[in-house]
Amino acid sequence: MSERTLAPFERRLLTVVANESLGAYRVLKAADPGPAPDAGQFAMLASAKRWGAGEDERPYLPRAFSYARFANGEAHFLLEDVGPGTRRLCELSPGEGLWLLGPLGAGFQPPRDGRRALLVGGGVGVAPLAILQDGLDDATVLLGFRDAQHAEGAALLSGALVATDDGSVGHHGLVTDLLSGELDGDAHASVYACGPPAMLEAVRATCAERAVPAQLALESGMACGFGACFGCVVATRDGYARVCVDGPVVAAERLERVGERA
Amino acid sequence: MSVDFCGIPLAHPVINGSGTFDAIAARTAFGVAIDERFPFAAFVSKTITLRPRAGNPPPRLWEAQAGLVNSIGLPNKGLERYLAEDLPALSRLPVPLITNVMGSTAEELSELVSACEEHEEIAAVELNVSCPNVHTGLDIGSDPIQLERVVSIVRPVSGKPLIVKLTPNCADVAACAVAAQEGGADAVSLVNTLRAMALAPRRTPAVHSQDGPAPAPPWLGGGTGGLSGPAIRPVALAQVAAVRRRVSIPVVGMGGIQNAAHARQFLDVGATLVAVGTESFRDPGAAGRIARELDLESAPR
Repeated sequence: MSERTLAPFERRLLTVVANESLGAYRVLKAADPGPAPDAGQFAMLASAKRWGAGEDERPYLPRAFSYARFANGEAHFLLEDVGPGTRRLCELSPGEGLWLLGPLGAGFQPPRDGRRALLVGGGVGVAPLAILQDGLDDATVLLGFRDAQHAEGAALLSGALVATDDGSVGHHGLVTDLLSGELDGDAHASVYACGPPAMLEAVRATCAERAVPAQLALESGMACGFGACFGCVVATRDGYARVCVDGPVVAAERLERVGERA
Repeated sequence: MSVDFCGIPLAHPVINGSGTFDAIAARTAFGVAIDERFPFAAFVSKTITLRPRAGNPPPRLWEAQAGLVNSIGLPNKGLERYLAEDLPALSRLPVPLITNVMGSTAEELSELVSACEEHEEIAAVELNVSCPNVHTGLDIGSDPIQLERVVSIVRPVSGKPLIVKLTPNCADVAACAVAAQEGGADAVSLVNTLRAMALAPRRTPAVHSQDGPAPAPPWLGGGTGGLSGPAIRPVALAQVAAVRRRVSIPVVGMGGIQNAAHARQFLDVGATLVAVGTESFRDPGAAGRIARELDLESAPR
């Protein structure tokens, strides 16, 4: 197993310093003494107060988020309100407490053999590509969103080419259209991708056809984040793997296909 | 707050529930800190079976009201690889090791327990009897007559303390505890998860046909699962209390323990040890915190 930044062995109580609107998303910032994460690592988050008693008397478990950025003693996370956990986190105000366990999991590996980095993101999945871009000298960034409001999330990275489903911003179509175009131009690339399963599967298939190495940051519902619950498994060519400790970033060739119910 | 458990001296009364902490994965995530500040007074392995198991297809988790429904399906490497690969790593932990095993027959369980007998790194063996009998389909542990028979067959195979992990999914858990004791168990532990189910959420209005809306399918890949977490704590407390009144052997109490006050409740109804499970998912340091708080409480004022 490759080297990774280790998490302190207890969740820690951080203070929220900002909660900013970014189109359809929020960027939650908390003062974090670290350790600084590797790009692609994640943290388990929960609010210190009123974690629970929301919709369906939830949330109960912490929620997993990739670090979107780590700089100047602040950890940044990109949130989208999609359920009781993300809703509660989206409400947090500066000064409020945030439980964090992390950094967890295996992150991205740098490009090899002089390959250029091609970052491909979809929706809230652009988050780990931002911290990845921060650590790269140069990268081509391709991001896909539903519509113009979501596409404002592209501002998290610099110099992104954007595709939208409704054509309101950038290319009218899929981000994988942009990916195919880039690889047609120069296939000496390493692809780094994070996004919804259908997008990741399209990235995997596109790269596999052209024998381009790809690293995919996977998502899965998880209870713990550190290999205890065995709840977050995905099917790989050699059996089930835990997204939390064997991933979240996995080499695309380890997967037959990307899918929630593989 | 040291405790004697079946002749095994423990530094405090807090251990883990089987299958709720992977010490080897924890070393990957947290490094040697877990050996230096290991939160549990003894480590209970996840369930080991004779042959490897892949576990259930995902999804395996469902967040419930103050709880978690899981349908993991006991993935494990099988006995041979557990002994060869995991045992050396687990024996480096600073606490006694309890190996949890499951078989669908007394013979399978005997083979598992007998293999553990040859390894002095294993301090005790816990029998997971929440496994359907291959003939009747009933969980071995839910039928006192069957349970006593199985435990009495396995008992002579081992000189190590034998703990029977009781299932709460039965008519009378205290009768099952008595059966385990009569069969020769040195201790019982409870509760395992409560059988539970969740349906896939409806993201869009249900599709109506002449027969009405189509039924939502089960969410979990395994169909049904087990409920754990604070939601089950009052049930667990009642079962531990009921068992304590009927047996003389030590009882390990668990079910939704989140803090020292909860742990104290289980000790108050007669548990010798308590186990922390789902709360470790929320904070891997939870059990250590609970043990420290219990220790402070028990110190002379």
